[in-house]
Amino acid sequence: MRRRLSLLAGVAVLGLTLAGCGGGGDSTASDTTNPKDATGKVGVFTWWADGSEKAGLDALVGVFNKDFPNLTFDNLAVAGGAGSQAKSVLAAQLKAGNPPDSFQAHAGAELQDYIDADQIEDLSGFYKDNDLTSQFPKDLIDRLTVDGKIYSVPSNIHRANVVWANVEVLKKAGLDPTKPATDLDGWFADMDKIKASGTIPLAVAGSWTQVQLFENILLSSLGSDGYNGLWDGKTDWKSAEVTTAIEAYKKALSYTNTDRDSLSDWAPATQLVEDGAAAYNVMGDWAEAKFEQDGKKSGTDYTYFATPGTQGVFDFLADSFTLPKGAPNPGGAKAWLTTIGSAEGQTAFNKVKGSIPANTTADTSDFSEYQKSAIKDFGQDKIVSSLAHGAAVPVAWLNDLSTAVSKFGGDQDVAGLQDSAASIAAKFAK
Amino acid sequence: MLKRAKTWGPGVLLLAPTIILVGVFVYWLIIENFRVSLTNQHTARPSNKYVGFENYSNLLADPNFQHSLWNLLILTIVFLGGTLLFGFLWAWLLEQPSKGEGFFRSVYLFPMSVSFIASGVVWRWLLSSLQTSQPGGERTTGLNRLLDSVGLGFMQNDWWSNPTWGIAAIAVPAIWQLSGYVMALFLAGFRGIPDELREAARIDGCTEWKLYRHVIFPQLSPVMLSAIIIIGHMSLKLFDLIRAIVPDANTYDVQVPATMMWVKYIGSDYADAAAIGMILLVLVAVVVIPYLMYTSRAEKR
Repeated sequence: MRRRLSLLAGVAVLGLTLAGCGGGGDSTASDTTNPKDATGKVGVFTWWADGSEKAGLDALVGVFNKDFPNLTFDNLAVAGGAGSQAKSVLAAQLKAGNPPDSFQAHAGAELQDYIDADQIEDLSGFYKDNDLTSQFPKDLIDRLTVDGKIYSVPSNIHRANVVWANVEVLKKAGLDPTKPATDLDGWFADMDKIKASGTIPLAVAGSWTQVQLFENILLSSLGSDGYNGLWDGKTDWKSAEVTTAIEAYKKALSYTNTDRDSLSDWAPATQLVEDGAAAYNVMGDWAEAKFEQDGKKSGTDYTYFATPGTQGVFDFLADSFTLPKGAPNPGGAKAWLTTIGSAEGQTAFNKVKGSIPANTTADTSDFSEYQKSAIKDFGQDKIVSSLAHGAAVPVAWLNDLSTAVSKFGGDQDVAGLQDSAASIAAKFAK
Repeated sequence: MLKRAKTWGPGVLLLAPTIILVGVFVYWLIIENFRVSLTNQHTARPSNKYVGFENYSNLLADPNFQHSLWNLLILTIVFLGGTLLFGFLWAWLLEQPSKGEGFFRSVYLFPMSVSFIASGVVWRWLLSSLQTSQPGGERTTGLNRLLDSVGLGFMQNDWWSNPTWGIAAIAVPAIWQLSGYVMALFLAGFRGIPDELREAARIDGCTEWKLYRHVIFPQLSPVMLSAIIIIGHMSLKLFDLIRAIVPDANTYDVQVPATMMWVKYIGSDYADAAAIGMILLVLVAVVVIPYLMYTSRAEKR
């Protein structure tokens, strides 16, 4: 009998433990907490686990420890899959009502899911207290604002419409590396010359880098307004302009390396340009950090320019940090966000990561030549949101479109890609 | 009461943890998964609206999902055919009286001890789609380079970078890895056939072919069935090998339901991911349940 009792007790305990997993998440962050008075641990969730990203995070933590000596930074980074692993871990934690104090998310459409799920706090008050609105560019603030509220603090900005080129290869094909083409037709003409000289004109890797190339061609062919319209329904996916753009993408693909799907990530494709095995690679400006690390000199070894036809447009993506509802240490989280938004924090972080600071008052005097040019462009260019990096559309939309683009790599069926892109847009657009 | 509890009590106590854990972490989760597959939970935002079997009908009508099912069929046929062919061939060779049987047995069985993820990383390099005749061909690696250097350059191909037959290339490493296992099954089958039967057949004037046709093969059929079931259900669930060989999970050419489920899940389309999971479960059940019924009936006999 006693044995049966203990068995029952065991079952009951197990049941309670399981039930306990589902509870919690009712507490809300109080706006009265002053970050200066906060103590304890601040758990920050990112996917910056190695390379230049880890180095950047470490620099940021250095500034944070100096600003808030009473708080301890708790690194909750999850590695793998360019953030996809981290996002699924985070989704599970948020669902279980067990959020970190602050987590990383791409600014833009990706944030929308968290807002809709009522999982993150409105930070408008925080912006006002710290006078951040005037320190960030207006274009960026507009993209972060949803129904008049701001939900995250951006830490850095990347540009996705940059072509990286090998100077030697261009010279061999009789092209002037300092005078890149200014539209797609001119660019394709240059690629014909490169092809004739015996080098692969354009390097690209697997699925997501093809989506990024597709996004660049759409942007170049449709212009910034036409491109933006694809995501809010103002541009018709079935229009003749889109057909032209997809034809151009098909042409661009014909210049690429045939083993694109076997390349494991963006870096092997950029490596082809670095090694002179290919002339051009369309890649976000994290490629700059790679060229720099490998000891290549801008101007003599490699050069960069905005994707032909997108001069004066800045295809942006940004990382940002949030304050989740029910965060265990909201005061500490606000202290962290204060460091993220501050000029010193942004300088320390972006110097190492190779991106540009979102805060316009950050000191950038000892940044690299590319970073300086990107900062200048960001100040004066038209800003659009990147598709491949979750700024333009929610993740589910991006996923479906990626499948369609990946399929196109095999069958090259222009009408097929246009039809599926149109039906995907119809499925997700409201 | 107390006396009877003494006889079955310890047994229940011993089984209880397993029953509870399996109950919660397998069967309850299957039910929960089925529940999610009937909702419209297509994004990260919580939504629990009941939509019946709409997700299933949408999926089955989706050309991408049909393509993944078609891929799964090709993969299973090639994988099964290859492992059965090589497994039988090797077992038959080893069954002939010869020296070094133990050595070769280990050689053939060894690939099975490598995990799919580890071998997949190597096979990614071996199955590189670049060919020597293409632009940039000097970078050609793996099997295409090997074929070229032994004068069989015309046999170079895209391997898995082909929307129709690419998935068959994924079966190549899978066959390499599991043929040894099928060989072991067949070898056990051969050993189970008493020598007297062969001798009797030979005395009755059987040719070697007739001996195999009428005496050996019928006795190997239960082994064959086990091999088909084991390899078949592995093929249906194959995920890690594809994930290790193909860099991007969202690659149309080699999409099978298991990888598609992953892509949907990462994209927060929980309802579709759950529905694909249920479809996979049914497919595997169709293969496994008749086998379980067959073996339990055989055991009773």
